[in-house]
This record gives sequence, C-alpha cells and structure tokens, in this order.
Amino acid sequence: MNNVFVYCEIEKTIVEEVSLELLTKGRKLADQLGVELEAICAGTDIKGKVESQVLPYGVDKLHIFDAEGLFPYTSKPHTSILVNLFKQEKPQICLMGATVIGRDLGPRVSSCLKSGLTADCTALKIGEYDDTKSGKHYDQLLYQIRPAFGGNIVATIVNPDHRPQMATVRSGVMKAETKDPNYKGEVIIQDVAKFVPETDFVVKVLDRHVEKAKNNLKGASIIVSGGYGVGSREDFNLLYEFAQEIHAEVGGSRAAADAGFCDCDLQIGQTGVTVRPKVYIACGISGAIQHVAGMKESGIVISINTDPDAPINQLADYVIVGSVQEVLPKLIKYYKKNSK
Amino acid sequence: MSYKIVVLAKQVPDTRNVGKDAMTPEGTVNRAALPAIFNPEDLNALEQALRLKEQNPGSTVSILTMGPPRATEVIREGLYRGVDNGYLLTDRAFAGADTLATSYALSMAIRKIGGCDIIMGGRQAIDGDTAQVGPQVAEKLGINQVTYTEEILSLKDGKITVKRHIDGGVETVEAPLPVLLTVNSTADPCRPRNAKLLMKYKRAMAPMEMPQDGTLPYAEQYKKKPYLTVTQWSVADVDGDLQQCGLAGSPTKVKAVQNIVFKAKESKTFTASDGDVEALIQELLANHTIG
Repeated sequence: MNNVFVYCEIEKTIVEEVSLELLTKGRKLADQLGVELEAICAGTDIKGKVESQVLPYGVDKLHIFDAEGLFPYTSKPHTSILVNLFKQEKPQICLMGATVIGRDLGPRVSSCLKSGLTADCTALKIGEYDDTKSGKHYDQLLYQIRPAFGGNIVATIVNPDHRPQMATVRSGVMKAETKDPNYKGEVIIQDVAKFVPETDFVVKVLDRHVEKAKNNLKGASIIVSGGYGVGSREDFNLLYEFAQEIHAEVGGSRAAADAGFCDCDLQIGQTGVTVRPKVYIACGISGAIQHVAGMKESGIVISINTDPDAPINQLADYVIVGSVQEVLPKLIKYYKKNSK
Repeated sequence: MSYKIVVLAKQVPDTRNVGKDAMTPEGTVNRAALPAIFNPEDLNALEQALRLKEQNPGSTVSILTMGPPRATEVIREGLYRGVDNGYLLTDRAFAGADTLATSYALSMAIRKIGGCDIIMGGRQAIDGDTAQVGPQVAEKLGINQVTYTEEILSLKDGKITVKRHIDGGVETVEAPLPVLLTVNSTADPCRPRNAKLLMKYKRAMAPMEMPQDGTLPYAEQYKKKPYLTVTQWSVADVDGDLQQCGLAGSPTKVKAVQNIVFKAKESKTFTASDGDVEALIQELLANHTIG
C-alpha cells in the first residue's frame, strides 16, 4: 500500500534504459517517503530474465506478468494490468517512460483510474502543498516539474487528492545507478488471466521493425548541435564536417527538426533526447527552455549566434557572435591548422 | 461500406513563433500576443480522415472542438477543406480543464454525436505537448486506440490497418472498429482550402459568435442555409456532469509557474573574425576541451 511503482518497458527480454533510470529515481522518492519501491514487468517469456536486470536498483517487490500476447505491447492488456494491480495495491506514485509506449499507456490508465498524469517531466521532487481554495494542507506530494507553453514557462504540477500521482519522464533525464547488485527483493509471478480479460487481445501487431539508434547522442562526449539559425539542410552539412574533425556527434533543436534541416531523431530537448556531453557546441540555437532542458547538464557550452543576447549565451562558456555559415568553416579551418 | 468519422481539433496559441512580448512583466503568458492556429498535427489527422471519406463513398467527417467561441475558426478551416459539419463544445464550466476533464467533455460530445466508427486527432497539441487527450478519450469510450499513426494502409471488414511510429522503428497494427487514432506530424500534410468550399462556408458561425442585438449581417442567409450555423453545445447539451468538467474535474493542479531565467555564466565573447576564431580554437585545444 502507498508505495512507489515503476512500469518497466521491455523490448523482448531486455528492460529499457529509461525504466532503469526511473527505478533509480523511484528508489530515491521511496526512501524520502519511507515506503517501498515496486516494479512491474509485463511481457512474453520474461520470467527468469528480467529479475537480475531490475532488482539491483533497489526494488522491494517485482510484479512479473508473463504471457503470450503481452509482447509486442498493445494498449488494452497493459492498461488492464496496471489498472487492476493499482486498484489492489493502491500506489501513491507511478512513474513510466515518456516513450511511445508510456505515452500510449499512461493516459489510458490515468483516465480509467481518474488520477492525474503529468507528461514529460524534467524533475520530480517531494514537497508540501497548500490548497488556497479549500485551505487544505498536504505534506508529501510529488512535484511534477515540466516546461510548458512552448517552453516559455516551467510549471510545477501536483495531484493533491487522486492516487496514484502519475508522471512520465523522457529517456536520459534521470540517471540510472544500481543500488546494490545483491539487493533482495520479492518476486511475485502474477496470474495474467486474473488481470487481463481475453477480450483485451484485439489489436494485432502484424509487422514490426526496430533498429538500434542511428546516432549515439546520449553517450557522446562532444555534440555539435544546430538550430533554426543554421538556415538550411545544406548548411547542416557544415555541422557534420566539423563534427567529423573533432569526433563529435551531431544533434539539432526542435526548430531545426521541424524546419527539416535535420532528422527528427537528432532532436535534443524536452521532447527529444536529453544529453550530457563534455562539450556542447550550439550553432544558431536561440535556447528555448525545452531545448535547454535537454542539454543543461553539458560541461562546456560554446554558442555560435548572430544575436549576442540569445538566451543560450547566458549558459555558454564561450560565445562567438556571428553566423553559422561564416563561423563554422573558420572553426574547421583553424582546427585543422592548429591540431596537426 | 461507409463510415462515420470524427476529427478532434484544437485551436492553440502558436507557441512555435513566440515573440519577445509573449510573456507579461509578471511572468504569465500573454495569450493576446500569440496568434491562434489550428493545432498542426490535428491537420495531419484531418487529411487522413478526408482521404478515408473519399475512398469510402457515403462516409461523413465531422470536426469537434472544445474552446471559446472564437475556436469556431478551426471548424471553418475544416469546412473549407471538406468536412461535412462541425461541433463547438463551449461553456464556461469547461474552463481550466486538464487533460482528464478535457477528454471527459470530448467523450460526452462523441457519445452525443453517436455511432462513430473512427475518431482521429493529432498526436499532441503544441501548447501542452502531453499527447494524453487521445488515449483518454478512447478509454472513456471503451474503444481501441492506435497512437503515433504515420499512414492508414487499409480499412475493410470492420478493421483498420495502420502503420505507426514506435521508438526506434515502425510497426503495422490491425485494430477492429470503433477505434481512435492519433496522427503524427510526419504523416502526409493537409490539403489546402478549397476555393468553392471557402465561398460556401465563409460566413459559417457558431451562435455565440453572432451579435445578439439583431445586427447580424446577412441574417436572411442563415435562415435559408442551415449549414451556416455551426452546432454549439454546452455542458448540459452533452449531458455532462459538472463535477467532471473544467477545474472541478481536473485532478492535476498547477502549484507554481515560473519564468525561468538562466543564470549567466562567466562567458568569453569572440567575434567571427579569423583572428578571434583561431584564438578560440587554440584556447580550446590548449585546455583539452576539444582535440
């Protein structure tokens, strides 16, 4: 009762990185609240394969739902698992990845339980809340913090009266850290038929192609990232050229992805990838909050921008005032000259 | 086979084109400074709906939106592109709704429309980016959902086959009707307005948009052409429970809103001159930032 739950996403038998990140965060929240951390794994042939991936993150109870039809994911069976388990266990918090699966499942579960859900949180904290209207005081609520309104504001959301307090978090926002490789948690093999009616298995996955990510933005130590100021898809090639010289990965802002200057999977920010490189080189990026949310933990930030007052310059260690088209060729030229 | 299709559309502030005056000095959003637009991904959904209508003669497409009277603009935009009719869900009691209260209101309106086979909307709206309303409406109606739709491959024998985006790839799923689809921006863009339809519907209005003092221009046209009056529903019209609408029906509360101001770091500024760029490269190499 009243515990913190994390829904773990599973690709075949491998627990996704984002779920491990959330288990780490979930463990911290549970410690703060003085409750247990519970995890849910649902899939096909996962028994005996997921326990060792999940328990070391400090999971006190692992609920395994193993049956035909639970992989690949479809909405209804996984919804029934969570809804019926939550009716029984009454968690106070439920976290899931802000992935395609989490953003399909979370709203459906929250609608059924009539509990609140906050999407794409960039921070989660425990804190108190005073409802000015009702005059009620709440001691330990989950602060669900996220940029909103196109990134112009950062909102702190609470769910005072409804449980569970649900939040989704993007991959890479939290850090995965195991608690103890030999952490002793209880494993509960649940009877899927008791949770999922046969009529839930109606949507059929006919065909499925999953590829490994084409880029390595999450693990990159240097990132050259382009924004709307790059100007065109052709000029984005300058970023690739520079990145190749200095052994960096190339990323982009949402504005650049929306304008078609770069592919969507290169998008860094709240609704894209969160990165923590040693060096972040922002080319023609103004620095909207959603973008900053995805790169603010970078070590050294270098900004190339025609606008000396661009918001991104506030967090830059080095600012070059000039256009991407003018500055990048010079950076390439002088890097070649000085590094050899 | 003909189908009854409803497109969910939202009028949103254009958060992609935020100017310097978008925030008030008090740190709240200055909605007046942001143009109101048709949520981009809802346009992608509209295109898919119109194609299904063309491929399945006898099908109808309705557009449903919740918002203030001026949100009728998205209904007109739909009419200009070929939808059959529109419904404006408007009531002060809907104000302050989070995604759950919004999906409740929309689901009640869809029940009122009745007999819908396919409900479509954009994956998410650009003012909130939550992607929650679609799946929540599907749950409230107890129907199947397919999110992140890229393309509709076929519709026959009461089943729809859809290519959808998943993390790191694509999948093809088959779902029985009725179904709710949410459509991505990477799906085909929406067709432009049709000139004839624009002429036909340019005076279409919801009753709340019309002047109430008898000064309605072309008043006789609204009597002759009933399609110029857009259907407008209140909470009571859709048999809504006030406790589940608007602020009262929203489990999430905004505790605080903050206008984030970045803390300025000590930064070194360079010009784009050759000398400056070379000096910077030399410094970065010397302190092992790069290389």
